[in-house]
Amino acid sequence: MEEINNTYLDNDPLIIAGRKFKSRILIGTGKFPSAEALRKTIEASGTEIITVALRRVDLKKPENDSILSVLNPKEVLILPNTSGARTAEEALKLARIARAAGLEPWVKLELTPEPRYLLPDPIETLKAAELLIKDGFTVLPYIQADPILAKKLEELGTATVMPLGSPIGSNKGLKTKEFIKIIIEQSNIPVVVDAGLGAPSHAAEAMEMGADAVLVNTALADAQDHEKMAIAFRLSTEAGRLAFRAGLGPQRNTAEASSPLTGFLFNSNNKS
Amino acid sequence: MEPFSFSNILNKWSSELIQEIYQRTDEDKVLHALDKDTLSIEDLIALLSPKAQPFLEKMAQKANRLTRWHFGRTISLYAPIYLSNLCASDCVYCYFASHSGIREKRVTLTEEQLRSECIALNEKGIQTILLLTGDAPKIVPVDYISQAVRIAKEYFKSVSIEVYSMDEEHYAQLAKDGTEGVTLYMETYDKDTYDKVHLSGKKKDYLYRLDALERAGRAGIRRLTCGVLLGLSDWRLDIVWLALHAKYLEKMCWQSVVSLSFPRLKHTPSRFKVPHIVSLQELVQIITAMRLFMPYSPFNLSTRESAEVRNHLIPLGITSMSAGSSTRPGGYKVYQGTTPTQRPVLEQFEIDDQRTVEEVVSAIKDKGYDPVWIDFDPGFIKSL
Repeated sequence: MEEINNTYLDNDPLIIAGRKFKSRILIGTGKFPSAEALRKTIEASGTEIITVALRRVDLKKPENDSILSVLNPKEVLILPNTSGARTAEEALKLARIARAAGLEPWVKLELTPEPRYLLPDPIETLKAAELLIKDGFTVLPYIQADPILAKKLEELGTATVMPLGSPIGSNKGLKTKEFIKIIIEQSNIPVVVDAGLGAPSHAAEAMEMGADAVLVNTALADAQDHEKMAIAFRLSTEAGRLAFRAGLGPQRNTAEASSPLTGFLFNSNNKS
Repeated sequence: MEPFSFSNILNKWSSELIQEIYQRTDEDKVLHALDKDTLSIEDLIALLSPKAQPFLEKMAQKANRLTRWHFGRTISLYAPIYLSNLCASDCVYCYFASHSGIREKRVTLTEEQLRSECIALNEKGIQTILLLTGDAPKIVPVDYISQAVRIAKEYFKSVSIEVYSMDEEHYAQLAKDGTEGVTLYMETYDKDTYDKVHLSGKKKDYLYRLDALERAGRAGIRRLTCGVLLGLSDWRLDIVWLALHAKYLEKMCWQSVVSLSFPRLKHTPSRFKVPHIVSLQELVQIITAMRLFMPYSPFNLSTRESAEVRNHLIPLGITSMSAGSSTRPGGYKVYQGTTPTQRPVLEQFEIDDQRTVEEVVSAIKDKGYDPVWIDFDPGFIKSL
């Protein structure tokens, strides 16, 4: 069983900017109670991409930092994010600091001028994407589930789009489902559903819809048992992906008997 | 037309109106408020009322859950640096007061002394600091504070100030210097009490202080911390006004973080007895009710609480606390050890929690929380 599963997954890598990943779950590192909890989560989830808020880590002394100390750049891609930046220029500066500190030139672009709901600023995000791409960065922008913005970013050359499912940290699931569907339908680059995924079923739902990957943070960081929750998210992400590839049947609102209205036509007693 | 300010809102929410809502509050209203995602001021009043006391455990559990959702199991750590204990205002509850009659030494740190203090705190691992002074704009002018911020930025990721209220242009200067936050307690929103406890000095100007945080926000300060000095006046009124103020600041300064602090007035000079002592149970009710009202706001726990109380309050909605604090200028190095022949340097208040930074860190970890040293605002990366 395990083998069959792995065969399917091995032949189906996630490809972002030409780079292959086996895992389709990205992990955010905020809010974990300890370095140990983070380490367990990373291992159990099988993640290969980990986002790190530059404002929360000490790039000068990574060995002392409770987040950086558990990340091995040989095993995972450390994806610095620009959380806290409020303008395109600030995001560019932050990304450059990360690159200068030796991280790969990949950046998760987060521009959240309002500190309470941390919703992304579409105008500054578009500007920043352009600046960062010109500067040689591989850009993964966090956006509102806005299909037009997603297309404009794709045209600029971003590596993915990362639309939000619901407000960050809210655990409310795919409240923006209808718009994410459109983004997935229209996108030529990977769509990573970010923010709001509070349960494994939410991750599965996103993957069943055809999302290429999911990013999870709060639901993992806040778990009672970090290891179990990370496994649950890994399995649900894989399940959702396999279901998408297997081709799900359409949903129906009522039970459907095979032919309730026209059955009489084929009933031998009724032949006239 | 009069310019719009928070005082317009404050005038609408008179103490009579708030008392009337408290009178109408019953158990049903408390339960209703406990169930809601977004609370109105009436809901907050229900949770602050005596009728909510039997539901304190429920409130605490919800507060814990909401705080975890928004902040995770983390506690940000900072330390205060007192730049000066000179003061030109006479506030009856404060040891720094100009007419306190206290003869301990009054000092303002020189640049060299400030650098020594910064180095001493750096060695303890502190990355976030709060610079404080008394209320003496003529003796400790804005230029001095501006320079202090620039010096402190050489040593720390995040520098905030808690000084006297000032004009918008002064806040703009300090924002340019790299000041991330401004902490300014109204002390009490009750005008009569305010007048009674602030005997003289610039701080006596109630309206100028009331609008100060809004001026700071307009000037580009990105973290605004408000609070009342619990004990000065009836907290069931003051906390409602504080909540209104915080909500007002969020709307007017939508790019700024509005955070709250809950300092309990405990030790006071002999001429003043705390008139409205707030019990620990009441403090828990205040913090948890406010967490339900403002799920996403950082809450700071004052240095004034004991180690035991601070440990208990960690999971109830607190997101930042000080560690290894001294409330006297030079308290980390310059005037740390005072010889018997030396007159000691005056401290603002006695600290109950005498633990070192390491001890606070291990207490936070014991509670299952991760101490956060850096959470700077990248808006100031120019000075990184």
